[in-house]
Amino acid sequence: MNEKRQITVRQMQAGQSGTVIEILGGHGLVNRLSSLGIRPGKRITKVSSIFMRGPVTIQVGQTQIAIGFGMAGKILVEVD
Amino acid sequence: MRILLMGNPNVGKSVFFSRITGMRVMVSNYPGTTVGFTKGSMKLGGEEVEVIDVPGTYTLEPTSKAEEVASEMVESGDLVIDIVDATNLERNLYLTLELLERQIPVIVALNIWDDTAHRGISIDVARLEELLGVPVVPTVAVTGQGIKELVGRIPEATSPPSPRRTRDERWAAIGGIIKEVQTITHRHHTWLEGLEDASIKSLTGLPIAALVLAISFIVIRFIGEGLIGYVMEPLFEHLWAPLMMKLSGLLGAGGFWHDMLIGKLFDGEIDFFQSMGVLTTGLYIPFGAVLPYILSFYLVLGVLEDVGYLPRLAVLLDNLMHRIGLHGYAIIPTMLGLGCNVPAIMATRILESRRERFIAATLISIAIPCAASQAMIFGLVGAQGWRYVAIVYGTLFLVWIILGLILNRTVRGFSPELLIEIPPYRLPLWRALLTKLWMRVYGFLREALPIILLAIFAIGILYTLGVFDAIANFTAPVVSGLFGLPKDAVTAIVVGFLRKDLAIGMLTPLALSASQLVVGCVVLSMFFPCIAAFVVLARELGIRGLLMATGIMLAATIVVGGLLNLIL
Repeated sequence: MNEKRQITVRQMQAGQSGTVIEILGGHGLVNRLSSLGIRPGKRITKVSSIFMRGPVTIQVGQTQIAIGFGMAGKILVEVD
Repeated sequence: MRILLMGNPNVGKSVFFSRITGMRVMVSNYPGTTVGFTKGSMKLGGEEVEVIDVPGTYTLEPTSKAEEVASEMVESGDLVIDIVDATNLERNLYLTLELLERQIPVIVALNIWDDTAHRGISIDVARLEELLGVPVVPTVAVTGQGIKELVGRIPEATSPPSPRRTRDERWAAIGGIIKEVQTITHRHHTWLEGLEDASIKSLTGLPIAALVLAISFIVIRFIGEGLIGYVMEPLFEHLWAPLMMKLSGLLGAGGFWHDMLIGKLFDGEIDFFQSMGVLTTGLYIPFGAVLPYILSFYLVLGVLEDVGYLPRLAVLLDNLMHRIGLHGYAIIPTMLGLGCNVPAIMATRILESRRERFIAATLISIAIPCAASQAMIFGLVGAQGWRYVAIVYGTLFLVWIILGLILNRTVRGFSPELLIEIPPYRLPLWRALLTKLWMRVYGFLREALPIILLAIFAIGILYTLGVFDAIANFTAPVVSGLFGLPKDAVTAIVVGFLRKDLAIGMLTPLALSASQLVVGCVVLSMFFPCIAAFVVLARELGIRGLLMATGIMLAATIVVGGLLNLIL
């Protein structure tokens, strides 16, 4: 079986796409991210990040969403 | 009957509201423009119904104060117009399903419909209507397209039977709907999207931010000074002054009414900064000195807001803002504060935690000078050389940072991480831009003018009664000893509680040295917010929060004023 690579959004390269596998966080975080459309099964693309542990911007569907560095480390993605 | 306008943040609810009620409201291109709710009314079948513009929310399980307001409002409505961003159907439908589960009649407006075509999105409206079981109407609120049809179909709004679902079940249901009604075709990036991406990368984003802020500053100054130099000053000098001199003659160049209306004459002439008459200084400060800067500041801010630049600035500055206990989005209330602290303190509601709101509101009320103060600082301190203006701004900026660092360490609670939607860049619509500018300028005049006129009148009377001398003697140790200002400056400080612009203007007749002016302006900017800001501060923070903020304010002012006096 071809094992695909699972990394967090934080570790993704700008321009890389993947599918959200899991949100590694509490109920509150899962809720907030999911209301913005970030939930398991969704395809996302990393747009950019700000240096020195700044926020990460990702594209979900037609929307761009900026998420804090900490949260970005809790979104597990299977990259293409 | 009460109709609620609901939807995700930044989908155009307020534009929609303005369309159907004919009321003027502020709209901007970023999530969270509307923090309170706005009430209006419209005619529906000969009946007058109430319409409420509810703050945007992604879900009815609230995560911020603005969303809390929205969630509670549902209970009080009879019907919901659910405004859905057609370019973002999937995510927007989540709230739609939640609303349907609440068993309140719903009609859906598929707004921003004009954007779907060039984004390669096509939606089967008839099928969507069938699947949801409620009317769905494509609309373009900014142009008015589809609004009439939507209003016509309001009576059709229904509440189809809808099971209570869990979050996952809702998303599964939405997935099914999307599969049936939406097709997306691939398309190429536009230059605007290229610019969008460039402005949120460190390498290109920071230079772009520096450029945007520098250009904003230059434009604000250019328009502001232009209006003062070519419009307001000539008007006051050549038209108003001769008229007032005639009145002065009629009043016999002295006496109570002369002192109140015209004020003191200097070498037989009116000095608009110093005369302190209701009709001279009282009109010159709001119209001649401050209005030009209010106009130019809000014009530039409006463009930045409507283009959609501010959320990107929030992303770029998130790092810095975290050091002072806030996240990047707090830059939006802070920027609003450079115009007026009142809407700025209200806008802190877009921040999620109590702690953040306290820190943001306190920092704004202490270290962010409003446009009215700034206009006076430019006028007064600028005359001594721009070096001194830079010292005033540098000091306030340092206070903002240092106080933020301290508050971040001492205020209990936590500050959550940034999580915001970045809107696409849009070209501002002139109509919306000018409406917003007019509302803000009118707001300034309505708030400021009566207070300034009344204050000048009151000052005149208190002077005659010798009240100020008493206060001056009483506070002399702090004002003279610590700040190095003349005793009379205390009058300005007291007046600063009413209006900062007037207070700074009152430093003029004291013949201060450049350094004293710097100290005076910094102290006046930091010390007590004006009465209007004080009231909202009390409302937003509660009495306990207000007392804490006031204590911090007093302590910070004394320390900074004293230090500045020592250094300069």
